[in-house]
Amino acid sequence: MLNDEQRRAWQPVASSTDLVARHVFAGAIWGQELALWRADDGHVNAWENRCLHRGVRLTIGVNLGSELMCQYHGWRYANRTAGCTYIPAHPADAPARTICNRVYPAVERHGLVWAALEGTVEGAALPELPMDGLVLRPVPVDVPPAEVEAALAAEFGRDRVRWLVQPVDAGRSIIRGVLAEQPAEPLPVLRRWSARLGRLRDRLEALPRPPVAPIPPELHRVDPALAGLPEPGPAGTSLRLRVARKWPVAEDVTAFRLAPLAGELPAFQPGAHIDVALPNGLTRQYSLTNGPDDTAAWVIGVKREPAGLGGSTCLHDAVREGDVLAVSPPRNNFPLRRDGLLTLFIAGGIGLTPLLAMARTLHLARLPYHFHAFARSVAHLPFVDVLDGLGDAVERHIGLDPAATTAKLEAIIGTQGEKHELYVCGPTPFLDAARAIAAAKGWPDTAVHFEYFKNERPRDASNAFEVALARSALTLDVAPGQSIVEAVAAHGIHIPTSCAQGACGTCRVGVIEGAIDHQDVHLTPSEKARGDCLMACVSRAAAGRLVLDL
Amino acid sequence: MSSTEKVELDPAIRDAWHVCAVAADIAPGATAMHCLFGQRLEVARDAAGRPVVRGDGRVLPALERYGFIWTSPGTPPEDLFPLPGYDEPDRKNVVTGSVGIRVSAPRAVENFLDMGHFPFVHTGILGEEPHTEVKEYAVAIDPVADEVVATECQFYQPRAAVGSSGGAKTEYVYRVPHPFCAILYKTSPFDAVRMDIVALFVQPVGEEEIIGHTMMSIIDDRSTATEVRHFQLTIFGQDKPILENQRPRKLPLDPRAETPIRADKSSIMYRRWLTSKGVAYGVIPAP
Repeated sequence: MLNDEQRRAWQPVASSTDLVARHVFAGAIWGQELALWRADDGHVNAWENRCLHRGVRLTIGVNLGSELMCQYHGWRYANRTAGCTYIPAHPADAPARTICNRVYPAVERHGLVWAALEGTVEGAALPELPMDGLVLRPVPVDVPPAEVEAALAAEFGRDRVRWLVQPVDAGRSIIRGVLAEQPAEPLPVLRRWSARLGRLRDRLEALPRPPVAPIPPELHRVDPALAGLPEPGPAGTSLRLRVARKWPVAEDVTAFRLAPLAGELPAFQPGAHIDVALPNGLTRQYSLTNGPDDTAAWVIGVKREPAGLGGSTCLHDAVREGDVLAVSPPRNNFPLRRDGLLTLFIAGGIGLTPLLAMARTLHLARLPYHFHAFARSVAHLPFVDVLDGLGDAVERHIGLDPAATTAKLEAIIGTQGEKHELYVCGPTPFLDAARAIAAAKGWPDTAVHFEYFKNERPRDASNAFEVALARSALTLDVAPGQSIVEAVAAHGIHIPTSCAQGACGTCRVGVIEGAIDHQDVHLTPSEKARGDCLMACVSRAAAGRLVLDL
Repeated sequence: MSSTEKVELDPAIRDAWHVCAVAADIAPGATAMHCLFGQRLEVARDAAGRPVVRGDGRVLPALERYGFIWTSPGTPPEDLFPLPGYDEPDRKNVVTGSVGIRVSAPRAVENFLDMGHFPFVHTGILGEEPHTEVKEYAVAIDPVADEVVATECQFYQPRAAVGSSGGAKTEYVYRVPHPFCAILYKTSPFDAVRMDIVALFVQPVGEEEIIGHTMMSIIDDRSTATEVRHFQLTIFGQDKPILENQRPRKLPLDPRAETPIRADKSSIMYRRWLTSKGVAYGVIPAP
């Protein structure tokens, strides 16, 4: 058993130069093995040298730059937190958030890497060392640390060199020295000290002493929640696609090319989206940008949303080329009419993605369209190469403030020509503005097609009501706080859902009778007024009872 | 050979048969020194060719099965577990090599049952990225035979057997009929109905040191025995450095010692089965 002093003391465990790029270095303090590795961002990690899946040493793993991959099953652990980000055996499952390897506090100071078995980096009590000292070659000695320290003091004193003894185990040490000053020519000095320390080591190791028992490694039990078997991943994400390519396509936007492991991808239509089950447990919807001539692999564009719940940051930071993701078959709730005499696409920022698929479709079919792409700056405009391929049909509107944006939208939308169709996608204020302008200019809402990323309208699920399912001959209660989807699921009836917030349109259900409180942003005003369908994930009865076509 | 000291054996291990030598290595009249549970063994053959094993100052029970000589420090059952198919006349039965590994016997068995490591450890042979998914399979204890059985296992393999010409989805059935032995039945590239047999028989030299003996019984009239051995030794050689870097070396039976996933169902069942049998050798018992 280790004592408190042994646990809390900060020890030098490596020279800074030992932690070279993409390497994993083996260290130890009092018999506890450490896997030391430097990430590409310079952060130094000191972890227990044991993958908590099956106990394999992480020092035989692979330093991927931002993650460490275990050699046995390819599990990946994040820089800094050691949280598991990917389990290849179950690409559809999220690793439980709490799957985390044991992390020791570590800092890098004065050319050395320091770690402690317990404590925090903030509380690190490191010895005072010469700021620009010369770090000597470390010399391992199979002698107990206290003996080594005494011998160093007796042999060399402490004036010229600051001596540090790393307690590798009860009977093993590493001598680390820092010279007070940088000599003009370090190499002869380093050689001289290396020779002196080598002689000291030989002498100390030759002294008779009783064998010293090694300190056993401390094996900590994992959280009880991790000892059981996790449930399978989210239903519906039945496809397994490989990230064939991941590349930046604009400031904060990364594209992913998702290829099938075998065979062909299912057919999709322009405007379709897929649900992507992410390694962190979230499911997110992304529009396919592919044209009909590009069916070998799907391309999605993901904007980094640092303020979001972590879906986009997970894709940006944790998912890498070669990973397998669980993905739903494509769903299309934003269909493209191809019978317009002119189709206008108006895209705000990343809202360009579904419209890109549509424009490519019309482009190939030689149907007339105009594509207006709004972006904060040139660098923020995604998929520029694809836009370039569309030629003269594309007009870019860069860096406009809200007032200028509105003016530009008014100019673009104008009054509706004969059989003109308008497709809009972008952030909520942008989309609201475009729809308001179109309505004010007299466009019927059957010609104004739109898709919101998310439903930012206030929602109210506080009422209770009854739903009668006409085809299932079932009447059931929807409680406050419960959605229609959840209420019918409790009776074994499954309504497909995707975004679960009334934006994507997947959970559309026919309504036969009853007043609807529409809370979605998917249906047009006239669709809402007709009252013959609702979005079952958010909408409710305005009063009393609804009869649904289910 | 081993630094292990004599330990008290639990009854389940003491009274089981244990592999102690490759049968073909022991010529009539010759005597070879071996090691089991940290104890020296003399393995020989009598004039009639029957195996004779001496250890602990006495003659121990001895048996020759499946190309190996088996013994026991206790009172073993009359015969070893059956291996249906082994005696079929058109099978090629090959002793495919013995590898010394610094690990406990049950860690080696668990590795043998594991499919998730194929793409990472046996890259290009038994697995390959991105085909990393371990599909749902079934695992149970066969109450009659008292063994762990995993069925409906399937995995994409670039080169599942020595005779394979390309990648194929391979079906597996695993049996663990003995705490330190595991048998695998897998799709044969040459027979649509019968399956190839690959067996791992672990000789516990000590608690943390083994010799892993492998045997294959395959339907393949094209590959030579040497080719089959090379294939199997390549696989085993890839597992050895992983096994020797597992800590602790003994298999922890505490469910909270490590983090299983669904792909590890068979290993969870194996660990529970060892616990239920009271196996204490080569394991860290559950608290």
